[in-house]
Amino acid sequence: MATAAVSTEQRENYLNAEYGIRSWLLTTDHKRIALLYLISITFFFFVGGFFALLIRLELLTPAGDLVLADTYNKLFTMHGQVMVFFFLIPSIPATLGNFLVPLMVGAKDLAFPRINLLSWYLYIAGGLLMLFCILTGGVDTGWTFYTPFSTGFSNTNVAEAGLAIFINGFSSILTGLNFVVTIHRMRAPGMTWSRLPLFLWSTYATSIIFLLGTPVIAITLLLVVLERTFNLGIFDPTRGGDPVLFQHLFWFYSHPAVYIMILPSMGVISEIVPCFSRKRVFGYKAVALSSIAIAVFGFLVWAHHMFVAGISLYAALVFSILSYLVALPSAIKVFNWTATMYKGSISFSTPMLYAFGFIGLFTVGGLTGLFLAALGIDVHVHDTYFVIAHFHYIMVGGALMGYLGGLHFWWPKITGRMYPEAWGRLSALIVFIGFNLTFFPQFILGYLGMPRRYWQYPPEFQVLNVFSTAGASVLAVGYILPMIYLLWSLRYGKPAGNNPWGAAGLEWTTQSPPTTFNFDETPEVTWEAYNYDQIPMPEEVTLER
Amino acid sequence: MFENLPLWPARASTMAGNVDLLYIFLVLLTLFTCAAIFITLIVFAAKYRRRHGREAHQIEGSVLLEIAWTVVPLGIFMLIFAWGAVIYFQERVPPKDVAEIYVVGKQWMWKLQHVEGQREINELHVPADRDIKLIMTSQDVIHSFFVPEFRIKQDVVPGRYTTLWFRATHAGTYHLFCSQYCGTLHSGMVGQIVVMEPAQYQTWLTTGGGFGSLAANGASLFAQLGCQTCHRSDMQGRAPMLNGVYGNPVTLEDGRTVIADDNYIRESIVNPAAKVVSGFKPIMPVFQGLLNEEQLNELVAYVKSLNPPPPGSVNAPDMAAAETKP
Repeated sequence: MATAAVSTEQRENYLNAEYGIRSWLLTTDHKRIALLYLISITFFFFVGGFFALLIRLELLTPAGDLVLADTYNKLFTMHGQVMVFFFLIPSIPATLGNFLVPLMVGAKDLAFPRINLLSWYLYIAGGLLMLFCILTGGVDTGWTFYTPFSTGFSNTNVAEAGLAIFINGFSSILTGLNFVVTIHRMRAPGMTWSRLPLFLWSTYATSIIFLLGTPVIAITLLLVVLERTFNLGIFDPTRGGDPVLFQHLFWFYSHPAVYIMILPSMGVISEIVPCFSRKRVFGYKAVALSSIAIAVFGFLVWAHHMFVAGISLYAALVFSILSYLVALPSAIKVFNWTATMYKGSISFSTPMLYAFGFIGLFTVGGLTGLFLAALGIDVHVHDTYFVIAHFHYIMVGGALMGYLGGLHFWWPKITGRMYPEAWGRLSALIVFIGFNLTFFPQFILGYLGMPRRYWQYPPEFQVLNVFSTAGASVLAVGYILPMIYLLWSLRYGKPAGNNPWGAAGLEWTTQSPPTTFNFDETPEVTWEAYNYDQIPMPEEVTLER
Repeated sequence: MFENLPLWPARASTMAGNVDLLYIFLVLLTLFTCAAIFITLIVFAAKYRRRHGREAHQIEGSVLLEIAWTVVPLGIFMLIFAWGAVIYFQERVPPKDVAEIYVVGKQWMWKLQHVEGQREINELHVPADRDIKLIMTSQDVIHSFFVPEFRIKQDVVPGRYTTLWFRATHAGTYHLFCSQYCGTLHSGMVGQIVVMEPAQYQTWLTTGGGFGSLAANGASLFAQLGCQTCHRSDMQGRAPMLNGVYGNPVTLEDGRTVIADDNYIRESIVNPAAKVVSGFKPIMPVFQGLLNEEQLNELVAYVKSLNPPPPGSVNAPDMAAAETKP
C-alpha cells in the first residue's frame, strides 16, 4: 500500500484536474464544493467563536463593564445565529457529507451536481447578508427571535438576519434533497441498504429533517419579517396575534435542528469506532434504525422548550413523555459504540481520541437532557445556564467533536496528506479539557439560578463564571491548533496513500485525493459493511509518526 | 474558597425540597451511568488495545442486549417522567384558598399590586406560610418570573394572564429574576422577594398605603368609564350583569361554554367581540390600548369582588338564566 501511495502521487486528482478561480467557483464536483463549504463554514466558525470569546470576557466580572448591554445582547444573538445556522447545521453534511456521500455509495457525483453548487451559492448569499447585518449594527433578538420582542420592540437588523437565515435555509433543503436522491438512486451494484455505511444512514435521517423541517423555519421567519415590516397581526397580541404561536413554529424546526447537528456526528463516530477497533460495528441494525427513530421522534418533542411558556398541563405531559422516547435511540447508540470496542484491537489515533471525547461529552449532554425533560425540574432550570451547558455538551461536545474527529479521519482522503499525529492528539486533549472547564461549571450555575442572556449578574455567581471563561480560552487554543497544523500538512504533510487507516468503505478504495469522477469503473460491492476481518491495519498507525 | 460554592440555592418554599429531591436522584443516576460507561470504555481501551499477534474478535451484535438496553432505560425514563409530572402538577395547580397578587412585567421592571392596595416595584413583600398566587401579565414583551430559592418560574406573556403560586417557608430576602430575554436591560430586570413573618406582614400592609384596595380602585374606574350604563346590576342592562359571573360558566353566542376566569374577563374588556355572551350584541367598545395593565387588573379585581362571599355557587343557575335572556 505504501508503494501505491508513492506511485499515485503524481496522478491527476480532483484538486489538480483544473486550475484557476473559475474552475472552483463554477465547479460541479461534489468534492470541490465540499471544500468551498469547508472554507466558508470555517470562516463563520471563527466569527461565531470571536463573539463567544467576547461574551466570556464580559462575564468574567459580575458588573457589565466590558461592553454595553446592547452590545452584549447582540453578541450572544449573533454567536447563536452564526454558530447554529452558518456553522453547525451545514458543518458535517455540507463538507464531509458532500465529499463522502457519492464516494460511499460508489457514484461519480451527487444526483444533482449543479443544484449542489447552487446550494453553496445560496449559503454564501445568506452568509453575506448575515455579515452585512452584523457589520451594519447587528441584531439583538436572541437566536430564537421570540415575538413580540423581535417584531415590535427590537430596533436592530432583525429583518436582515431573518432573511439571511431564510435564504440559507434553501441551501439546507437542496443539500437534503440531493442526499436523499443520491442515496436512493445512485448506490453501486451490491450496495444494499443493509450494507450502507452508518454515516449514510445518519446523513439520510438528517436529510429528511432538512427537507421537512427547514420550510417551517423559513415560513416562520418570513412571518416575523412581514409582521415587522407591514404591521400584520400574527404574533403581536395587541393586534390579535399570539406570541406563543411563534414559539410553536420556531421550535417545530429548531428542535429537529438539534438532530440535524448531532446525527451526522453520530454517523462519523459510527465510522471511526469500528475502524480503530478493527471490528464490525456492534448492532448495525440498531444503530442504523435509531438514526431514523431520532429523525421521526425529533419532530414530536418541540414544546419541551415551552414548559413555562403557558401551554396546558396536558400538552406538557405529552411533550415530556415524548422527549424521553427520543432519548432512547441516542442511548442505544452509545451502548452499541461501547460494545463495538469489546474484544477489539483498539488504537488511539487522533480521530479515535475525538470519538472517545464525543462519547463522553455526548453521554453527559444526553443525561442532563433527562433533567430538562422532567417537567418539575425544567420549571426551575429553564432559561438558566443549566440549559446553556446542556445544549453545548450536545452541540459542541457532541456535534463539534464529531466534526473534528471526522475531519481528521478523512483529511488524508480529502487532501492526500497526513497531519502531524502528535499535534492532532494534543489538540484533541486540549479541546476535551477546555470544553469541560468551560461548560461543566455552567450546570451548577444554572441550578443555582443564574438566568441565561444576562449581561450583569449577582456577585455570588462569579467564581463559576471565572472557571468558565478560563476554560473558554483553553478551548480557543484547541480550535486554533488544528487550523494551523492542518493547513501546514497541505504542503508539508506526509503523503497519505489510499487507505492510511486500513478503513473499510468504498471511499478508501479510491486514490487520495480521489480523481474527479471518483472511481475508474463503477465498483461492485460483494462484501458487508465494516468487514474489518478482511482488511489489515497498516503497521505504522500505532507507531508514532 | 469552596465553602462559598453551594450546589443548590437555599430552599425557601414548599416546592424547593420536592424539586431538589428529584434533582439529586438524577444527579446520582447521571454519576452512576457516566461511571459505568466511562469505566467500561477505559477497561476496553486498556484491555483490548492493539497488540502484536492479537486479532479483533468479530461480533455481529446481540438482540438480547439490544432489548435489555432499550427496555431498562425506558423503565427508568418513565419513572423520571412520572416523578417530574407529579411535581409539575404541584407547581402548576394552586391550592383552593390562596391570596392573590397582581404582577405586571414591563421593560425593565416588575410592578406588583396587592389586593389590599399596596403597590411595589421590583420588590415583593409576602407573608411566610401562606399560599400566594401571582396573576401576571406583561405590557410589552414576554418576561419570565423566576425565584430560584422557590424553584418556580413562569413566563409573563402580553395579552393574557399566566399564574404562578408558591408558599414561602422561611422569612428572608430572595432573588427575583426575569429569565426570558426581554431587551437591553434584561439583566437589570431583577428584584427581590421579601418573605415576612405573617404578623410583620400585616403591619407592613397597613403602613404606607393610601392607594385604596384594588377592587375599590376598579369600582371607581368602572364608574368613570361609564361601564355601569350597560352592565347594570338589575338585569335590565344592554350587557350582562357582572354580579356573580366570576369563576362560573357562561354560554357564548356560538353555543360554547367558557369559564369566566381572569383571562376571560380581561379579554372581554380589551377585545369584547371575541367571546360575546349568548343573547347580547357585540356593542361594547374595544378597550385595547386605552387601559394600561394595572387598570385592567383593577377592573378584573372589581368584577371578582362582585361575587358574593363563598359559598357563592348557589346563584350560578340564576346567572345562567339571566344571561340567556334576550
